[in-house]
Amino acid sequence: MSLWKIAWRSMQQRAVASWLTAISVGLGVALIVAVLVVHRVVDHSFRRGAQGYDLIVGAKGSALQLVLDTVFYLGQPVDLIPYSYYREFVEGRFVPAVRVAIPICTGHDYKGFRCVATVPDMFERLTYLDNREFRFREGRNFYAENHFEAVAGYTAAKKLNLKVGQEIRPTGYGETASKQHEDEPFTIVGILEPTGTPIDRAIFLNLEGFYRCAAHQVGPSYEESLLKESEFRVVEAEPGGQTQKSGGETHSDSGADRLGNQAEENQHECDATCDHHHHGENEEESRRLSAILIVSELENNPQLAMALPRIINEEPFAQAVAPAKVIAELFDGIVGNVQRVLLILAVLVVIVAGIGITVSIYNSMSERQHEIAIMRALGASRGTVMAVILLESILLSLGGGLLGVLMGHTLVALLSPTIAEHTGVIVSGLEFQLVELILIPGLIALATVVGYLPAVMAYRTDVAKALIAAP
Amino acid sequence: MLLVLEEVKKSFPLPDGGRLEILDIPYFALDAGEQVVLVGESGSGKTTLLHIISGISRPDSGSVRLDGWDITLLSEADCDRFRAKRIGYVFQTFNLLPGFTALENVLISMYFADGRPDRGRAKQLLERVGLGHRLNHKPPMLSVGEQQRVALARALANRPQLILADEPTANVDVGNQQIIIDLLRETCREEGAALLLVTHSPDVARQFSRIERLEHLNRLAKREVQQTV
Repeated sequence: MSLWKIAWRSMQQRAVASWLTAISVGLGVALIVAVLVVHRVVDHSFRRGAQGYDLIVGAKGSALQLVLDTVFYLGQPVDLIPYSYYREFVEGRFVPAVRVAIPICTGHDYKGFRCVATVPDMFERLTYLDNREFRFREGRNFYAENHFEAVAGYTAAKKLNLKVGQEIRPTGYGETASKQHEDEPFTIVGILEPTGTPIDRAIFLNLEGFYRCAAHQVGPSYEESLLKESEFRVVEAEPGGQTQKSGGETHSDSGADRLGNQAEENQHECDATCDHHHHGENEEESRRLSAILIVSELENNPQLAMALPRIINEEPFAQAVAPAKVIAELFDGIVGNVQRVLLILAVLVVIVAGIGITVSIYNSMSERQHEIAIMRALGASRGTVMAVILLESILLSLGGGLLGVLMGHTLVALLSPTIAEHTGVIVSGLEFQLVELILIPGLIALATVVGYLPAVMAYRTDVAKALIAAP
Repeated sequence: MLLVLEEVKKSFPLPDGGRLEILDIPYFALDAGEQVVLVGESGSGKTTLLHIISGISRPDSGSVRLDGWDITLLSEADCDRFRAKRIGYVFQTFNLLPGFTALENVLISMYFADGRPDRGRAKQLLERVGLGHRLNHKPPMLSVGEQQRVALARALANRPQLILADEPTANVDVGNQQIIIDLLRETCREEGAALLLVTHSPDVARQFSRIERLEHLNRLAKREVQQTV
């Protein structure tokens, strides 16, 4: 026999009221837990979605839109940049500042899943999360020379029931299913292991094959980008040349100028290459990319690498975006506020539930005053009977809290497939957090406050009067 | 003497601001192990007197000494503990805690006395009152006779020196009344506790060698009697 047991028995005696009260606390706590878990996991996943590369180069315009399209495969399609610009990163003036450059072109989808045209290096030279390498659970990476090979992310493969060897025909934006490509289909040659990043939700096509079958794809963005490219050419021809010259003469050591020098050195080479390509196929001229993922040479060439975004941003048609920064801004600016509002609402629900505890115990006080008088007559002090009531309040709120934690995680587990489907973020119902531990002292404090009024009533019970009153 | 009351006065406030005087007892004493029956009209203050002896209520003036301790001088908390250890109380309405089993009702009284419930003794007491097979039944599942027996076991739990029984058979069916009285007297004798039993039943009162009438102890009642005469 202990005070805890006495309090527990009091609750058992009023089981229905106790359960209802505990459940109301539980609902509030479940809401808090769900908000916390979902927020943390979403935050984490969003921030880590773009780990593995530090810059995204794309067409001028909204940085957010570029990040959403490139990292999360969400939102509206972005403007395109000429494929020739990509060459600057792999064989042109930006080479010293760049370790890896991966061209990608979004804009197609297959049965609701984004198709991303890229090169095999995407999975060989890039990593995800903390330097984890991509692995294939089935098959292999696509080969550059096999133009119509594709690999599927884990979730996309699972949802579409894609198998190695299966052929798919992606659809472009604005195209209807009936107007699908009549070109060669892509063959799935590999399925990736789950990564917990948006990559799971996409299908990756060989860029070369993509261009061959998308050759007829002409949309407004294509026109626009052609226009922009011509502007770029004009700009490059006049002041660009001068800058390069003066840079070379002053022998400045700044990263930007060295890049300029580099550009000058590479000028002929580049022209030659470009000429070669122009000669070879006129096709290359019309090729476009939605973005280039860049891993910069921060270790070996930090000055150049640091200067790279600024130089790219000076281009009239291109921008370089640090995805981590954009995502952090998006998160803190919008999602963070949403979370704050949700948390405040959840805390209010818990407080209302706490008042429910007061009401529940208070309502039972008239019948209970007789029991309290009996306990007092048996030798319990005023402090003891007050403690019994407070303990009951604490048991109700902690029990409700425990129930809430269970309900919250169950809720998260139930919502998990929906969240994964819409955002590619995998949320586990078992994702517990240290913050949840704050709930324990928080609930005890709440219980003490809301239990105080009935506890004082217990303290003040007139034993002689309550004993005589009929039970 | 185990219990000595001297010049005990008690009144209650009235709604009109005046006071209703209930008790004015110049002297009342009880020996250790003695069994006394107290009879009186209903409303004459019998329950109030038991509340004062047990320390549940405080007298307006006078002293209540149990085993040499004047409980009117004890702090409320000390008085609660003193009562728990030295006085067992059997109520007219049993006053068992409905949420607890028979055994727990006995244990809870031990817990409030010194925080050390003795399961063995609790079981033994319940067996003594014939409820060995009802240990884990809650009061609502017991007959009134059984409930009063649990209350008796509870009153004896802490080896009190004095048992106060306030009309213990008033709510018990006729068949069980004598059984309760016999159990009460026998167990008090076995445990060496004095018994002060309040009743208005002549049949019960007749069985005791010492019968006290509250009208004779209480000056206020004597005055009223004289006035009516």
